[in-house]
Order: sequence, then structure tokens, then C-alpha cells
Amino acid sequence: MFATILPAALLAQLPVLQVAIPLLAAPVCVLLGRGRWVHDFSLLVTAVVAITSLALLQLVLGGGDASYALGGFAPPWGIEYRIDPANAVILLLVSVSGFLVLLQSRTSIEAEIPKQKHPLFYTAFLLCLTGLLGVAATGDAFNAFVFLEISSLATYALVATGKSPRALTAAFRYLILGTIGASTFVIGIGLLYMATGTLNMSDLATRIPASPHHAVIQAAFALIIVGLGLKAAIFPLHFWLPNVYTFAPMVVTIFLAATATKVALYLLARFVFVIFEDASFAGMLLMPLALLAMFLASLAALQQGNVKRILAYSSIAQIGYMFFALALASTQAVAAAWLLMLTHALAKGGLFMAVAGIALQTGSSNLDDWKGIAKQMPWSAAVMVVCLLSLVGVPLTAGFVAKWSLLVAIFSTSGSIILVAVVAAASLLTLLYAGKILETIYLGTPDEQRATANLREAPLAMLVTAMLVAAMNIYFGLNGTVLSDLSNRAALALLSGF
Amino acid sequence: MQHRLVLRILAKLLFAPILLFAFYVQFHGDFGPGGGFQAGLIFASAFVLHGLIFDVSSARRFVSDRLLQVGAAGGVLLYAGTGFASILFGGNFLDYDLLSETPTSGQHLGILLVEAGVGIAVACVMVMVFRAFADRLPHLRERDW
Repeated sequence: MFATILPAALLAQLPVLQVAIPLLAAPVCVLLGRGRWVHDFSLLVTAVVAITSLALLQLVLGGGDASYALGGFAPPWGIEYRIDPANAVILLLVSVSGFLVLLQSRTSIEAEIPKQKHPLFYTAFLLCLTGLLGVAATGDAFNAFVFLEISSLATYALVATGKSPRALTAAFRYLILGTIGASTFVIGIGLLYMATGTLNMSDLATRIPASPHHAVIQAAFALIIVGLGLKAAIFPLHFWLPNVYTFAPMVVTIFLAATATKVALYLLARFVFVIFEDASFAGMLLMPLALLAMFLASLAALQQGNVKRILAYSSIAQIGYMFFALALASTQAVAAAWLLMLTHALAKGGLFMAVAGIALQTGSSNLDDWKGIAKQMPWSAAVMVVCLLSLVGVPLTAGFVAKWSLLVAIFSTSGSIILVAVVAAASLLTLLYAGKILETIYLGTPDEQRATANLREAPLAMLVTAMLVAAMNIYFGLNGTVLSDLSNRAALALLSGF
Repeated sequence: MQHRLVLRILAKLLFAPILLFAFYVQFHGDFGPGGGFQAGLIFASAFVLHGLIFDVSSARRFVSDRLLQVGAAGGVLLYAGTGFASILFGGNFLDYDLLSETPTSGQHLGILLVEAGVGIAVACVMVMVFRAFADRLPHLRERDW
């Protein structure tokens, strides 16, 4: 569709425009100052970026990988942006999330963030978007580090704008841990550069087998896995995440929950399958951790009294599923990992959107304050039902397509029915905390004060966007082939040299 | 304000040479060691020195906080704008070859613009960071010196 509308010269520039447009727009937000315009401007920018990534995905699916030489310096010497189906899907996920989040959040941003901070808030948001898109788009290992830092630094600032004073400590803790993660990652890249003399990802892939520095490369591999594992919140490295999700402003939580950990996960998959082409070590390391994440984080989610915290622990558990799929290292399993990423973004994004609406009206995200809220806010509650079902993986929702393909992939890759049973059992835990939330908001009796309070449904823009995401959860559940075709293409692209 | 006479006079004496040295590093960066990042830091260090010896608020009279914000944003805009200019001239992002008649002069112009953007942004952000910390300290009274 886009290939016929857009001129060829513009199509060739799409890989860089994706990243450069939000980068150019971020400082403009500072200049615009406070006022209504800055929100509309950012929304427009994210819409343009989302269309760009959609066009890019179509281009890549139709005509093969897109390579872009930044500054006109030919790869492998210059920085290359390389788009294949694997990262085109991630780009689309990030940019569409950015657009929907901003579409939803005008009211909650106005309620949660002081007016004088708005221009800088939108600047940081667009820089975060730039960073995440850059990590996904680039084909250069060091450039990936730079973008990872751009997105992380912007995230620390975004988290710190939260209303609660504890947002500051959450941001600070994330800053320290994130910096340690980034440091190990960049040391790993430095070692790779030492051993091979190149930073281009596909060039690295061809040079690593020929390199005599075997021990150096193994050390680099370990450092990179730890660094990216921290960014992706794999189980023992997850402890920055619950506080960040709980105390950040709602808009930031929605955006991070839908995108940030997935981008780190994508980059990890790129390093494991394309650059090192050796998943045995990663699989050995990640599979037990992923299983622990599924069970322990779900159990922790059951203990929490704050809805944002429940969902944060749930994210850690769901990241465990994605890592489990990656650790299996077959085309089918990696496709399942991509499906899990997409459907988790849909489910968790929709959930946090509904939570944002309810929290805005009740002024609290404690589950105790939400007893029987479904009577006063029926539509927001309905969105939560749909998205929680999708999170659990109930048939006819998008989550089911992903969980089912994961179970099939586990069985066909490992042949072990025990592993299938264990993962299915972990899904039951999801059902427990989802049930706990639903029971409270539907069957709980509100206290005197809340029952008589004149509580209204969330503002229209918030509600409509949340319902749109909930509808997507159902649409992709009924029409599962759309996402699974995309994921299959992504997995084939990633594992082509594997 | 009769305290630390030597410091105050030296700070005033050094202010202009520091700025000049920053410009030297800035323009030297096109051909050798140096460049916008280092130059921006050196440029900002003049303001940091001034803020340490005198007070933070007096510098605000000629460089306001808003001006710093505009400078930081403008620097990034100059950088990214150079990239978009090279796209408009028919090249790739940040391909300086097409910015002028010959590739060589284009490269000269491109790196000059980009480094200027970096220098402005870094200098402004550094002064902002310094002020953000300095504003948290209570103002020192005369008799506390």
C-alpha cells in the first residue's frame, strides 16, 4: 500500500526517519513551552512515526531487508540501520504504543505532572521513543548501546516526574542498576570489538567464528547477556521494575510496560541468534531463570495490594515466558516469543490504560479502594476483564494465540510433556491474581464514603483508547493468523543464519 | 564583598581566556583532537567558576534559565537539522558531501555545524546541571565566609 503511494526516494529514507523524526521533535517540545500545543505536537509526531514504521514493515515484508548507510559511509565501516521482519515488528510495536499512549493520556498527564514540567516531560517522552526505536533499528552494536542509554536516561527522568516522593527513589534505584547494566553491556561490546575489530552486527556474526580470542568472546557474551537481562528484567535482575511501574506517572507506566523490556529482549535475541549464533549457553542459563520468574513473580503478584504492583510483578512473570521461548531456540519457539511480546503489550497496555482511568477518578491504585468499582465505572472494568483474560490466555483473546503457540513450540522442540505441564501450571497462577482483581472490582462492597461519592466513568479519550486496545485483544484473538504470520517471519529472519 | 580578594580577581581574569580556549578547542576539533563536547564543557566551566566564586544568581542576569533551555534544545536541533538538510539535498542522513559544491567543502561545513550544535547543547546543559545543584544550597551570608 505505502510502497505505491510514497516516492522511492522517501522509501529509501524510512529506516532513519523512524528514529530521526522523534529526535528532531524532542527539542522542539522544549521550545514550544507550556500550553496545549506541546501535547498535540507530540501526538502528531508519534502518529507520523507510527505510519513510518507501518510503511517500513510493509516494505520489509514485501521486498526483503532494508539497509541504510548513515552519513553515506558504507557498512561495515559506517553505522548501518538494518531492518528485517524481526525488528520491523518491534518498531511497529513501539511506535504504535507511543501513539496510543499519548492519545490516551492527556487528562492523566495534566492531573499527574505539574504544568511547568510539561515541555520537558514531552521532550523526555520523545527521546525515550527515539532511543527505543533506535535500539530496534540499528545494525551496529555500539550504536545500539548509545540508543539504549538515550532511552534509559529519558526513562529515569520520566519515572522521577511521578507525584509520590517515592518516584524519586524508584528512579534513582533504576538509574544505578540501569547504569550497571549498561556498563556490563558496553564492556561486552568493547571486548567483541577487541576480538574482531568490527562493530557491525552482521560483520560480527561472520568474524566471530574466525576469531582466535575464544575466551574473550565468551566473556563478552556473558557480560552482554547480564547487561541486557537487567534492562529486560529477567528474574533475578528484575527488582528495579515493581517500584518503577508503581510510582511512575500512569502514562509512563503504560508506555514502559508495553515497550521497554521488549526492546531489550529483542536486542538480546539478536545477540544470541544472529551475532553469537550459539543459544546453548543462553538456553542453559535462561530456562531455569525463566521458570523461576513465571512462578515466583506470579506468587509475588498475589501478595500485592496495589493494582499497579500486581501488574508489575505480572510483567516480570510474563517476561519469564518470553525468555523461556527464546531459550528453546527453535524457529517455532522464537515465533512464540515474538507473539508473546506483541500480545503482552496489547494486554498489559490495555490493562494499565484502564487502571489509569480508574486511578484518576478514585485517586488511588490500592485494590482496597477499588471494591465494587465496576458499578460506577462499568466500561473501564469491562476493559480490565478483557485484558486480564487476554493476559491469562483464555481462548478468543490474543493472549491465547501466544500461549498456545508457546505450548506447541515447547512440545515440538523439547518433546517433554512435563515442561508443557509446568508452563501451563504457571498460567493458572496468572488466573489467580487476575481473579483476585476481578473479584474485588465486581463483587467487593465499597465503603460508605466511596459508595455515596459521585464517581464518574473515566474521561472519554482515555476510555475510548482503552476500549480500542481491548478490542484489539479480541480481534487478534479471533484472527490469530495476522500476528502469528508476522511472528513467523520475524523468527525466520532472526534464525536464518542459525 | 571584601572576602577572597585574590580568588575574585583571578576568576574575573580567567573568565574570558577560558571562553576563548573553549572556542579554540571547538574549532580545532574539525581537524584534530578537540570538538564540541570538550569545548562545551570548557565553556561551561567558566560559568561554573564564576558561580563558585561569586554567586549563582548574578550570572542569571545575563544568561537566564530559559535561554539555557533554548540553547540546549537549539543545539540538538542544529545537529538533527543538519541531518535532515542532507536528506533534503538528496543524500543520506548526515551525509555532509552534498551540503556544499564539492564533497570536501561539504564535509567541512557539515562537521562545523554538527560540532557547533554539540558544543552549544553541552555548554547549556552543563550550566543547567550546575545551577540545579547550586540552587539547592542555601545562600552563603557575608559573615559565614
